[in-house]
Amino acid sequence: MRIPCPYCGPRGNDEFIYLGDATVRRPDPQALGASDAFYEYVYLRDNPSGLHQELWYHGGGCRSWLVVTRNTRTHEISDVTFAAGGKL
Amino acid sequence: MKYSVFSLLREAFRGHAGWTPAWRKAEPKSEYDVVIVGGGGHGLATAYYLAKVHGITNVAVLEKGYIGSGNAGRNTTIIRSNYLLPGNEPFYEWSMKLWEGLEQDFNYNAMVSQRGVLNLYHSDQQRDAFARRGNAMRLHDVDAELLDRDAVRAMVPFLDYDNARFPIHGGLLQRRGGTARHDAVVWGYARGADLRGVDIIENCEVTGFDIAGGRVTGLDTTRGSIKAKKIGLAVAGNTSRVASLAGLRLPIESHVLQAFVSEGIKPAIDCVVTFGAGHFYISQSDKGGLVFGGDIDGYNSYAWRGNLPTVADVMEEGMAIWPGLGRIRMLRQWGGLMDMSMDGSPIIDRTPVAGLYLNCGWCYGGFKATPASGWCFAHLIARDEPYEVAAALRLDRYATGALIDERGAGAQPNLH
Repeated sequence: MRIPCPYCGPRGNDEFIYLGDATVRRPDPQALGASDAFYEYVYLRDNPSGLHQELWYHGGGCRSWLVVTRNTRTHEISDVTFAAGGKL
Repeated sequence: MKYSVFSLLREAFRGHAGWTPAWRKAEPKSEYDVVIVGGGGHGLATAYYLAKVHGITNVAVLEKGYIGSGNAGRNTTIIRSNYLLPGNEPFYEWSMKLWEGLEQDFNYNAMVSQRGVLNLYHSDQQRDAFARRGNAMRLHDVDAELLDRDAVRAMVPFLDYDNARFPIHGGLLQRRGGTARHDAVVWGYARGADLRGVDIIENCEVTGFDIAGGRVTGLDTTRGSIKAKKIGLAVAGNTSRVASLAGLRLPIESHVLQAFVSEGIKPAIDCVVTFGAGHFYISQSDKGGLVFGGDIDGYNSYAWRGNLPTVADVMEEGMAIWPGLGRIRMLRQWGGLMDMSMDGSPIIDRTPVAGLYLNCGWCYGGFKATPASGWCFAHLIARDEPYEVAAALRLDRYATGALIDERGAGAQPNLH
């Protein structure tokens, strides 16, 4: 599996470190019901069979955090963007 | 037909013409007391114990492919009960005890071989950690022996004891651990369940659940709708997908784990050996092939195949403890779907949907748990209360904080 890093170009997946689902958002700890929200944030995942937005860190390259859209059934990557400066 | 030396002799004189199929190809009925989704080892064991122990025989096992075509047919067949934490160890020891009597119990040769599981340690610190684990095992009446370097060398003389980075200082040995024939475990449970009236329905995929007033009343499948009073899910890597049909979102990620077999060689290694400085485990099958594996690839996957960096990693780890491996050719390699839980330990529990029960989170250690998983899941479904040794394997432990995290890695499934 090669991940097309927007900075370094296509690189082998062993240069990257996987964190997981990029769609979960850290809740506001001051909000009402923060305990339940944190439980969902820390532990519950959609775990889709198909397109999955996920965080990869290019530790063996440019050290960027990337948001990779990948099909978990085929490992096909359809989109890669920098995590910083936008979605997160 | 009961299998015995007499039935074998009788058939030997009749040209083996009298053997009958070990289980029926059942057609789905319109209604069951219990439906188990997933015809792997855990699902079939659940049906077997429901029928045998609890007398519940109006049971169907639904399998989307053929039985044992998932992880039950593609694991490295190791059985052991060498866990550290009190939430896990009694459960796995109950599984070990069931393994010890399994073949007599279901009258099928599962080739259970208690050849010993030897975990190598490579530093003083790791020896202390292994001593702690061995002591925790013995506190639960489980056998454990801490071996020094010479004792390990006497068992497996061909390892690289003076490896510059990972010298072998000794090992923690569980003599009662070993291996079993994974397919035969599936077939034995299937036959035992079928003999007691359980319908095993293959090529039948679940497409939805009927839920009324918070209680499950049946399910939709590719072979029609089936009413059921109780439904148990034992679908391993597909847990999130199937549970989402019932509106559940779970603390599970699906990951791919690869395993490997070498060409057949003469008997070389007569126990299971694991590498303590990384993650590598190896044994030899009765056919002669070396069976080994390592870590999961580390990213979400439903693809049933992995990538080459993990293959290279596993081979390097193997070479670090056993340089002679380099002279042996790898024959086959494959991948399976692991239902990785957020603390690395399994879940056998009720769900928020009444009548719907959950058996998942086996990570890459589900094979050894097959008998106890089936036993405890059957108990839960039959009596609506957990079996004692599985009482800690709750779904709500992630919310309450009562996690069972053997590795201490936190809520990061690819690190367990």
